[in-house]
Amino acid sequence: MSFPWAKQYEPKLPLTRWLDERLPVPRLVYNSLGGGYPVPRNLNYFWNFGVLAGAALAIQIITGIVLAMHYAANGAVAFDSVESIMRDVNAGWFLRYAHANGASMFFIVVYTHIFRGLYYGSYKAPREMVWLLGVVIFLLMMATAFMGYVLPWGQMSFWGAQVITGFFSAIPLVGDTIRIWLLGGFAPDNAALNRFFSLHYLLPFVIAGVIILHIWALHIPGSNNPTGVDVKGEQDTVPFHPYYTAKDGFGLGIFMLIFASLLFFFPNYLGHPDNYIPANPLSTPAHIVPEWYFWPFYAILRAFTADFILPAKLWGVLAMFGSILLLFFLPWLDSSPVRSMNYRPKARIAFWVLVADIFVLGYCGGAPANAFYVILSQICAAYYFAHFLIILPLISRSERPRPLPNSITEAVLSKHGGTSPAHTALSTAPTSHGAPSAPHAAH
Amino acid sequence: MVRLIASIVGAAFVLVLGIALFGSVSGVITDPVAPTAESVAHKHPKELELASNGVFGKFDRRQLQRGFQVYKEVCSACHSLRLVSFRDLTKIGYTDPEVKAIANQWVIEQPSINPETGEPATRKNIPSDRFPSPFANEIAARAANNNALPPDLSLITKAREDGTAYVHSLLTGYTTQPAALLKEFPDIKTPTGLHYNPYFANLNIAMPPPLTSDGQVAYADGTKATKEQMSTDVAAFLTWTAEPNLEARHAAGFASIIFILIFCGLAWGAYQNVWRDVKH
Repeated sequence: MSFPWAKQYEPKLPLTRWLDERLPVPRLVYNSLGGGYPVPRNLNYFWNFGVLAGAALAIQIITGIVLAMHYAANGAVAFDSVESIMRDVNAGWFLRYAHANGASMFFIVVYTHIFRGLYYGSYKAPREMVWLLGVVIFLLMMATAFMGYVLPWGQMSFWGAQVITGFFSAIPLVGDTIRIWLLGGFAPDNAALNRFFSLHYLLPFVIAGVIILHIWALHIPGSNNPTGVDVKGEQDTVPFHPYYTAKDGFGLGIFMLIFASLLFFFPNYLGHPDNYIPANPLSTPAHIVPEWYFWPFYAILRAFTADFILPAKLWGVLAMFGSILLLFFLPWLDSSPVRSMNYRPKARIAFWVLVADIFVLGYCGGAPANAFYVILSQICAAYYFAHFLIILPLISRSERPRPLPNSITEAVLSKHGGTSPAHTALSTAPTSHGAPSAPHAAH
Repeated sequence: MVRLIASIVGAAFVLVLGIALFGSVSGVITDPVAPTAESVAHKHPKELELASNGVFGKFDRRQLQRGFQVYKEVCSACHSLRLVSFRDLTKIGYTDPEVKAIANQWVIEQPSINPETGEPATRKNIPSDRFPSPFANEIAARAANNNALPPDLSLITKAREDGTAYVHSLLTGYTTQPAALLKEFPDIKTPTGLHYNPYFANLNIAMPPPLTSDGQVAYADGTKATKEQMSTDVAAFLTWTAEPNLEARHAAGFASIIFILIFCGLAWGAYQNVWRDVKH
């Protein structure tokens, strides 16, 4: 696929020509992340987060592989092996804090990436498959993160595993059998820890595989953009490289700045003190809470406190999984042909209410389960489901969208106050500008 | 069809949440949660200024040595420090011979095996040993402590909320149970064998006040050993045992941030340069 005006890969060296005729890997890279991929010229900073998520995964895999060289997945020694990494392994503290905070950074960028998709309608035709694969990646990430949090075998690791695997016991009739089969015992123990480690090592590579499909599916229609208007011609796009590689380089710098601040100065800020207490099946922590990135879903789980036909626990578990699974149906729930919320006055309000709603749910999920937070969770969980399953489908029928620009270029030029005739994005670029030498370092 | 099913599912979730909400709200009205003694009397840790606080934090090695002395002469009677080795003491300013002497003279010996008979035995500590536990196992520890288990202190300042300040507050927080509190909650009188301490989660802690009088430890560096001083010093020492690489982390952090800032500047320049003629 590509737009007809996409630049073609032309191998220049004998070696690359030889390679291109036999295994055209450079051509593949050129067409997917290089000059051969035309991208709308008007992307804003929210479009950096896909590349950042890829970088976060790479950081997790690299630090994780080295950590696995020093970690021992055995209930008797797991906690101490993590402490030995912190104390005795060269730069072990760096690896472990990078991996723990890297998980948080991964979720921060992925959540931003998802909200970007929600706001700009990136889930809509013809990009449904990109969205569906994205939800699969998100589910895999959650499973991976959960199992990773169990590995240090502290109190929250153990009791988190107890609570999460306990969800399966809500299934009628066969629930307990399934839970015991998953854990390899009646409670989390060595068998569970060992298989969690195995899966925690496997799933990131599955994620990497699904990411390849995600990018492949993206490259069929090409990237969405803030106007949501389709690319009409060459003047609407710029080549991915150097335009977006340069912009992503700067985005990556900001990402690293925040990551480094967390890692080096507040490495335990996002963690829970109880996980520095070795796992003890005989002592339950006062408040069992998952990591922050699960808090909204944990709040939804705890919001279901009433039995109604089904037991409350089963409702909670169904709702918690349902709150993510409903994203698979989003492309068909929102039938508005307009993608970008910039041109959808009502849906935009609903979107921002949803964002606030999820933040409140997150706060409630991390707070102790007292009556006030439970009531707040119930109201917010109701809005969450109503938003996706009732409000958005209704709005998409009744709403009158604002007029869309005729093209990306028109939107860009009107933003800059000009109405100059359409030319390609690059046609006015002078050949030489006496560029300062410093920027070449980033090319 | 998708939208019809979705709206039914959505309505079902909203309905069940509505029922749950009704139950929660009526529960709050008919059966309001009564305040507990913990919710009234539990205190958050006091502010504690230490050299290791903040992003520029560094350890005060003299203070860590004083803190180690408090651990050695007071805490170590009951609390283990199982993740720390004697050799680690070189990092807080003791010389190799001093560490050797400290290990050799440590009261609790290292569990070992008699090389001739194979029977369990003990031997003198050497620098590569971890600090030996004062009790052979949990049962022994509980038997000696009124069925309470003295926690290992290696990670205690990271294993409690605001841990460094918590250790200091707990050690200096012992007091008699306030009469007003007892009047409000008549059935929470501190049981015998426990000690009232508002910084402890359930207000009654099994540990008797460990720092009882000024001058309990005769500091080698001549610092006046007030209770305040001893608890601050041992809190500083336990901050080090929990995070011995704190200084290396801060130093690496500054180097990284400076490097990344330069990278950001170059990347910004590249970005502006590449895009200079493209309106976007």
